[in-house]
Parts: sequence; C-alpha cells; structure tokens
Amino acid sequence: MATATQADLGHVDTGRVTVIKPRRGWASLDLRELWDYRELLFFLVWRDVKIRYKQTAIGAAWVIVQPLLQAGIFTIVFGKFGHLPTSGVPYSVLTFTALLPWLLFVNALTSSTRSFVDNQALVTKVYVPRIFLPIAPVLSGLVDFAVGCVVLVGILAWYGIVPPLQVLTLPFFLLFAILTAIAVTLWLSALNVKYRDVQYTIPFLSQAWFFATPVAYSALVFPAHLRMWIGVNPMAGVVQGFRWAIIGDQAAQVGHLMLLSFGVVLVLLVGGIEYFRRAERSFADVV
Amino acid sequence: MSSESFIVRVEQLRKRYRIGEREPYKALRDVLTELFRAPVQFAKGRRTPGQHARDWIWALDDVSFDVRQGEVVGLIGPNGAGKSTLLKVLSRITEPTEGQVTLRGRVGSLLEVGTGFHPELTGRENIFLNGTILGMRRAEIVRRFDEIVEFAGVGRFLDTPVKRYSSGMQVRLAFAVAAHLEPEILLVDEVLAVGDAQFQERCLGKMRDVTREGRTVLFVSHNLAAVRSLCPRALLLEKGALAYDGPTDGAVALYLGRGREPHAGVVEGAALERRLVKRRLYADAPFFHCSRIAVLDEQGFPTESFRSDEEITIAVDYGVLRPVPSFRLLVTLIDSNSVPVLRTETIDDPALDGPPALEPGSYRSQVTIPRDLFGDARLDVNVSLIAEVNQVLDYAGVATLEIRFAGHGRNARGKAYLRPELPWTTELVGAATERA
Repeated sequence: MATATQADLGHVDTGRVTVIKPRRGWASLDLRELWDYRELLFFLVWRDVKIRYKQTAIGAAWVIVQPLLQAGIFTIVFGKFGHLPTSGVPYSVLTFTALLPWLLFVNALTSSTRSFVDNQALVTKVYVPRIFLPIAPVLSGLVDFAVGCVVLVGILAWYGIVPPLQVLTLPFFLLFAILTAIAVTLWLSALNVKYRDVQYTIPFLSQAWFFATPVAYSALVFPAHLRMWIGVNPMAGVVQGFRWAIIGDQAAQVGHLMLLSFGVVLVLLVGGIEYFRRAERSFADVV
Repeated sequence: MSSESFIVRVEQLRKRYRIGEREPYKALRDVLTELFRAPVQFAKGRRTPGQHARDWIWALDDVSFDVRQGEVVGLIGPNGAGKSTLLKVLSRITEPTEGQVTLRGRVGSLLEVGTGFHPELTGRENIFLNGTILGMRRAEIVRRFDEIVEFAGVGRFLDTPVKRYSSGMQVRLAFAVAAHLEPEILLVDEVLAVGDAQFQERCLGKMRDVTREGRTVLFVSHNLAAVRSLCPRALLLEKGALAYDGPTDGAVALYLGRGREPHAGVVEGAALERRLVKRRLYADAPFFHCSRIAVLDEQGFPTESFRSDEEITIAVDYGVLRPVPSFRLLVTLIDSNSVPVLRTETIDDPALDGPPALEPGSYRSQVTIPRDLFGDARLDVNVSLIAEVNQVLDYAGVATLEIRFAGHGRNARGKAYLRPELPWTTELVGAATERA
C-alpha cells in the first residue's frame, strides 16, 4: 500500500504543500512567498508607472513640472515674504532638496491608501500577497524621484553648489524615506479597507503633515534645545537627512533628531506589518 | 487506492459570514456611535449588533472531502449554497473560520476572467500583467505568449489599448491567458458563462484538454450539461453543507430531483428558486417576482415530452409589485452545449410597439411554438424576466423538452434540431440532350 502511495504521488510537487486554516495571534511575513511573487511586485509598479500620465497632454513632463511649480510657489511665498532663516543656502535649493523625498512620501500616501479600493478584484477574485498593493505605488514614485534628482543636479549647478562627500549616504536616506512611506501606508491602507473615511482625510492629513515637516522652512526655526523633538515625525528625519547629505546643512544639530525618527519608523513599520497581516484576514469579506 | 494519495484535502471546513454575505464596510462614524451608545460593551470589545446567532450565517458548514490527483470534480448546488465560498477558501482569498485545507501543488484559481486587466494598457501588456497576477512566471508567459495570442485571436491588436477592444475580444484575451496557466490544481468558477456560444464551446474544449493532461480540477458551474460532460465526480452543496459526493449523474439527479414536482412540466416555489441563476433586483422593494413556469401540451396538460407534430406552449406566471415602465420576458431553448437554438420574447408580439408598461397585478405570459418545427431534439428551457431600470431574473433549465420527430409523410429521419415542413419544388429545368 505504501508503495502505491508513492507511485500516486509520483509527479506531484510534494515540496509545495499549502495548509489553509484560520490564523490566530501573531502574524509574521511569509518572506518565501513574497520572493516567489517578486515578479508581480515588479509588474504592479510597472503598471502604475505606465498608466500614471496616460491621456495627459504633456505626459511624463508632469514629473518635472510638478516639483518645479511647487518649489517655485514656496520660493515666492515663504522665501520672499516669509523671511525664514536659511543659513546661507538659497531658499529654492533648501526647499527643492526637501521636496524630493516629501513628494515621494505624499504621493505614496494618496495612492497607497486607496490601493485596495482601487484594486478590489485583486483582493476578492484572486490570491496575491496583498502587502504588495500598498507597496507598489511607493516604489513607482521612485521614477518621479529619479527625474527630480536630475532637476536638482541642474539647480545645484545653477547656483554653483558642490555637494559634500556625505552625498554618498543619500541612498541610505532614500531607503529611509521609502520605509517611512511603507510604514505609514500599511496602516492607512489597511484601515481604509474597513473605514473608508481614511481616504477622505488624506488631503488634510498630508497638509498638516506638510506644515509639521521642515520642507518649506528650515529646521532652524525651532529653538536648539527643542529641535530634536520634531524627529518624532519621521519625515522630519528624512528631510533633514536629505539636506545634510546634499547641501551639508545643519550637520551638527540633526543627529539626535534623526535617531529619534529612526526609532519611530522602526516601531511604525513593525507595528504596521503586524496590523496589516491581522487585518488582511478579513479583507476579502470586507472590502 | 490509498486515502493518502490526495492532492486536495478539506477537513471540517466552516466559514461564517455576517448576514448579507459580506460585512458592509464601516464608517468611523458608526464605530463612534456604538462607542457612545453602548460604552460598556464597546470597552469589552463587543459590538452590540452581530453578536446574535441569527445575524450570522454559515456559508460553509462542516465540509470534508478529498480529491486525488488528476480528478476532475464538479461542484453544483443552488445559489448561495457555498460553492463560490468554498473556491475562495481553497484559493486563499478568504480565511476559513474553522477547519483545515491541505493542498499539494501549485494552485491556479479562475474565479473571474481578466482580473487586473487595465483598460489603458495594451493587449500585450495586459497578458503579462494578468499572467503574473494569476501566478505565472514571466519566463512562462514569454514561452507561451504566441499560443495565448493565437487562442485569443487578437494578433493584430496586440499593441492597442484594451479599452479599444470589443467586450468579446477582452473576454477572449482574458480567458486565453487563464487557459494557459499550468498549475497542478485548477479551480474554476463559472467563467465559461461569458462570451458567445462559439467561444464558450472553445472554452469547454480547452477545459477538456486540461482535464486530459492529468491536471486536478475543481469546477463550479450552473451549466449541468457542462459539468456532466467534464466531470466524472461531483459534489452537491446545499446550504453550506455537503449533500452528496459521488458520480456526477447521481449528483445532478439529486439536485434536480429535489426540485421536481410530481408531474414534469411545471416548476414553482422552491424548485423554481433553485433554477434561478441570476437575480438583479432592488432587494428591499423588488419590482416583480416569478411564481410558476409551465410547459404545456395542446390540451393544456403539463409535460416535457412532445412529438414534433404537437404544439408546445410555455406559460410564465409572475406578479408585478410596482409599476414597471417597460417589461420583457424571454424564452430561450438551448442545447446541451448551451448553444441557443430558439429565442422568442414578449415584444415579438406584433400588436406591441415596444416593451409594455405593466401596472401592479398578477400576469401570465405565454407563447406557443408551432408544430412541425423541430426534429429530434433535447432542449433546455431558459426564461428571463427583464424590466427597465435594470431588474433581471434569469432561470435556467426550468424544463428539458424531449422532442421526438414524428416524420413528414414517409420521411422519418429527424436528426436535426430543426426539421420544419418546407415547401419543396423539384422541376425539370432542361432536358438532357440526346447523344449523337
């Protein structure tokens, strides 16, 4: 009988046994599965990039125009009339440096939060690792980010600013920005499945967050002894990191701030993954 | 064969839903209201509504079965019996409440064709996107790309955005991608119910190929003929529980038998409900309901067997509950491959100049199909009631007409769906010239 069983299973891939049962308690990430589906993540990102500017008159040019327009507005409103301290760096450089990671973050916030509502069929009609759905828009924002970097190089050249050696740490801060975006959107996208209210609060949330983050102003507006505490907002850490790496700004004053931001992102990310994995169990029934 | 040779094992599977099948998504406001209305229960983590047993429904209730490798199993049962829920649990879309499923091998599930299709992307791009969503590797898609394109027949439009495709082309492309999945276990839900008859026939053909390749298939369908021809074994689900597991003929007989009235030709009540395959109504205030569908002979007696020289009358009784601005009733006779052989509808009545408006009340619409039209034929009767503002009731297989060709004059060969008596003439149009 035993041999018969062996024969029956002859060409079944016994290596891949899936057991489906109700999960309770702690939920960890199934990394092997994520690796198996890596091509799907690539295609989701690729789809986002591909359709982003379809049926627009100037197409991909929006990638350049958006941050430029915004930096221009800030330069006029805050730089000219606000008389904010800039520690000697041209205001537009200060702003544009911060806008790059900020736009990456805020665009991700808007599209990732809606990702389950926009991709309902991917939740209710097929099984895919759902964690990819909010992550894909974050990664597709990297295309815009890359283009923004080219523009930034142009601006730096225009002002004759040579970045210091620590510009080599930029990839690290980019990773920091991506992780921050993922950590926040894991929470928001999962909450939005259950409470559609979340997606309507995004415009206000991102506005408030924007003013709480030193994007349009320098962190120097805060008194020195309080400055590190704005690191509770991880985007403050990201933005200050970018400024430090690109224009060597405020090097001495941001160490603690960055460490604090780091810790906050770590907590948000681990909590976000856990919350997401738990909430995910009922996505298909609720969305 | 040993019981350990299973490729799919389902053990005491149960799945509970809130009434209304899916939990409606909640607004934060509702949570806050609950918080203020019943702070104590809220603090205990209990929502006041939904805790009573009557608010929950077991969509799957203690279902257990094994499937061996290479088996093709049909899954039949009335609407809401839990067929789709079972497939969703097996494809890991939704989690079971209790019980366990063990799957040995790669699972491909086709609960919908074209999941993830994006209208702005081209056919080529969608093949890759949809393929990866279904779990194919990029290399695999590249390898089978030409086959997919050929099966879909969209070669010339590969680089056109899918939004410019006709809906038929979209469905063909979507099915073509799905049909080239190569999982060890394939779960299919009613996807054959799309596209025109010719395409459906091709899909069924493809399904047959798949089953011949030794793949394990679980197939949900309302098309009993398709289930019968594809699956040697069938499971019958009723109210979430497994009512039958065995040879397909037995499952089908049991399924239909439950609904059959003592005399064939009339379906009403629960039996009629069981044949409902599509319902689109405003649930709280439906515009109409159907109470009885009957197939009658010339004397007005219900029956399902006819001779080709008898008239066939199909009568539908229904109630209109609210004024309906435009009403249509369709009768379609289909063969065992779901190919429509005859269709007729109320607005074919030459006295009408459009779909009539109906006031509330009880109605009977009936149509008589003339004698001497059919040959030997075995046809299923489908009935659809359609009203303006998008209200639909579709019944499938309310009766199976067994029509026996009675012969015209001396000719008794009737192996054709249609065998009408037509005015033939034969005349000599030129005399043969005599050989010199």
